[in-house]
Amino acid sequence: MATLARLQARSKFVAQQYYFRNSVVDIFRKKEYDAAVKIQSWFRGCQVRAHIRNLHRVATIIQKWWRSYSGRQEYQLIVKFASCAMKMNLYNAMAVRIQRRWRGYRIRKYCFNYFYLKEYLKAVSETNDAIREALEEFAEMKEREEKKADLEREEKKRDYQARKTHYLLSTKQIPGIYNSPFRKDPDPWELRLQKAKPLTYQRSKVKQKRCISLSSWLACTSARSFPRSEILPPIDRKQCQGPFRDITEVLEQRYKPLEPTLWVAEPISELKVAREEFRRQEWMRDVNDNICSQLSVSHFGLLLLILNVNC
Amino acid sequence: MSQRQVLQVFEQYQKARTQFVQMVAELATRPQNIETLQNAGVMSLLRPLLLDVVPTIQQTAALALGRLANYNDDLAEAVVKGDILPQLVYSLAEQNRFYKKAAAFVLRAVGKHSPQLAQAIVDCGALDTLVICLEDFDPGVKEAAAWALGYIARHNAELSQAVVDAGAVPLLVLCIQEPEIALKRIAASALSDISKHSPELAQTVVDAGAIAHLAQMILNPDSKLKRQVLSVLSQIAKHSVDLAEMVVEAEIFPVVLTCLKDKDEYVKKNASTLIREIAKHTPELSQLIVNAGGVAAVIDCIGSCKGNIRLPGIMMLGYVAAHSENLAMAVIISKGVPQLSVCLSEEPEDHIKAAAAWALGQIGRHTPEHARAVAVTNTLPVLLSLYMSTESSEDLQVKSKKAIKSILQKCTYLPALEPFLYDAPPNILKHVVGQFSKVLPHDSKARRLFVTSGGLKKVQEIKAEPGSLLQEYINSINNCYPEEIVRYYSPGYSDTLLQRVDSYQPLTH
Repeated sequence: MATLARLQARSKFVAQQYYFRNSVVDIFRKKEYDAAVKIQSWFRGCQVRAHIRNLHRVATIIQKWWRSYSGRQEYQLIVKFASCAMKMNLYNAMAVRIQRRWRGYRIRKYCFNYFYLKEYLKAVSETNDAIREALEEFAEMKEREEKKADLEREEKKRDYQARKTHYLLSTKQIPGIYNSPFRKDPDPWELRLQKAKPLTYQRSKVKQKRCISLSSWLACTSARSFPRSEILPPIDRKQCQGPFRDITEVLEQRYKPLEPTLWVAEPISELKVAREEFRRQEWMRDVNDNICSQLSVSHFGLLLLILNVNC
Repeated sequence: MSQRQVLQVFEQYQKARTQFVQMVAELATRPQNIETLQNAGVMSLLRPLLLDVVPTIQQTAALALGRLANYNDDLAEAVVKGDILPQLVYSLAEQNRFYKKAAAFVLRAVGKHSPQLAQAIVDCGALDTLVICLEDFDPGVKEAAAWALGYIARHNAELSQAVVDAGAVPLLVLCIQEPEIALKRIAASALSDISKHSPELAQTVVDAGAIAHLAQMILNPDSKLKRQVLSVLSQIAKHSVDLAEMVVEAEIFPVVLTCLKDKDEYVKKNASTLIREIAKHTPELSQLIVNAGGVAAVIDCIGSCKGNIRLPGIMMLGYVAAHSENLAMAVIISKGVPQLSVCLSEEPEDHIKAAAAWALGQIGRHTPEHARAVAVTNTLPVLLSLYMSTESSEDLQVKSKKAIKSILQKCTYLPALEPFLYDAPPNILKHVVGQFSKVLPHDSKARRLFVTSGGLKKVQEIKAEPGSLLQEYINSINNCYPEEIVRYYSPGYSDTLLQRVDSYQPLTH
């Protein structure tokens, strides 16, 4: 019973102590609990981080290997294509070289010859120059001819004038108007007058042309009106003074028709011409031009004759 | 009344008729009298005199009628309406040569005015009698008949065919061989009028063997004859290649070239017409002409004439150059281009300028060398001014535009192209810029020159729609230069620089 009393006396103290100790522990319990949680969470965090770091390391290794593998594959593809391209370029370049040569050859040989064209153009320009020269010469010649014709016409006119005014010629007694005594030399017209033959009376009659007037054109209504023939010898000329021959005899002799001698009648190259004619006929007639086969007995003599005459 | 007095009355009447008809014929030579004569009713008075007993009066009456009908077509119609033609045709067959000449003169005078009058002559059967007159001995009669036939055949192809059907062509060819120059001229002119209408008629003339004789007559010194002969040959040659080849086979080259140096202008014109008609058919014929030196002769001929005489020569050069580039080069080396540009600038008439522009276009359109040869002579600005000027006719504008375009498409001679940048209209500017864009990428000296001459500046100033061809060309030109230069020359760059100067704050310490 003593213990019980002691316990009962202590029970309040025990209860107080019990309560005090629990409450004190409670205060520390939270703190200790929080500290334990903190330590544990930190440790877990380290654990997880280490795990993740490991995972990263491993993933990097895998990816590294994978990427190097795929890169190498790509690189091989690139190299393959590059080498293909290089080879194709080379082939292309060689093909271009061949085609270039071939095309040049083909054009030059079959289609267009540059040197020929150059020569042709040179020839054309030379022909042009030649033609230009020839045409210039031709034009010059024409001009010269025209000038000459003009000069001749002028000359004829002056000559006719001189013949018409022949009476102005100076005589011994009376100097003419072109031969004034106060001049050193006579006028050139004077010399012309001296050279000119005076016009006769009949020439003026003959020179008169048939005038083509309306009435005369229609007047000759006959269909057989021929142009006038050459002038006949004059009939009604006065008898000239002096011991001249009879006019009929003179006229007979003057207008005697030509009777050439045999020597004159034939032209001088008659024989040659006849020979040529003969040869030409022979050549036309003969089938074979070879002279030896042509020779027959009848021809031989003639041939000899001709040859002899030639020598 | 004694017999003599009776006869005297008749003689007086005859004298009066003769005098009347001779005076009328003389008065009809002057144009101012003809109106008065017509009003006085001379036609109805002359008609019965044609049937007069006295041949002289008939002939003079016919002559007077011919002169009246020659003057204008009213009188010619009056002759036709007055039923004079059948009488003339009938007596043409029977009378003497003076009457034949006068009657043929009347027919010619009536037939020359219009196709209807000529048809009236054909309808009254005059052709057969005229053809019979062609066989007459007298050259004057032949000449008058040939002249009448020529004038009838001149109008159209049916009348020519009628003349040919009457059998005139062989006789005309015979007339050409006669010694009289006037007859040769008229016969050649008649053949020319017949053969100009159609190839069949020309073939008929050729079949009668005319070409050989005509080719010989080219050498004749008479200029009027040469005119007609060259005219016949050119009318024959113009229709087809075969006819042209036949004319050439008659060995007219190089004799025809001497005609180009003749003093008479129309001989030159007809000779160059003949050469043109031959050259235009095929390249081989043109080649033949070039080989014979014809191009040089024609160029000299162009240089020595003025006006319409030059026109066939210019066209001939155009035709020759149009066939192929070798022939065009032959024209260039014969010094054709300076001559053509002279023609272009100094001729007053538009159609000749148009022909010269066309010819230059044909020469320059083949290759860059050809275009360069044309551009070097400074003709492109002249062509441009002709195209732009409002006074030029439409034909001239069209032709010069075509010529400019065709030359520009091949021209790589940049100094000639540069002036075009400044004053060309947009449709031509496109081609110019296109040519620059083709040449500049390859030639560094040209690029430098382009910049220094201010061309790049001008190109920047051109406004073009984006995406159009012009813009592409401008871009390709701009790609030839570094960016700074392009920016420097772009319009408004100085303004942007000044703006930058304005907005620049200098650093203040």
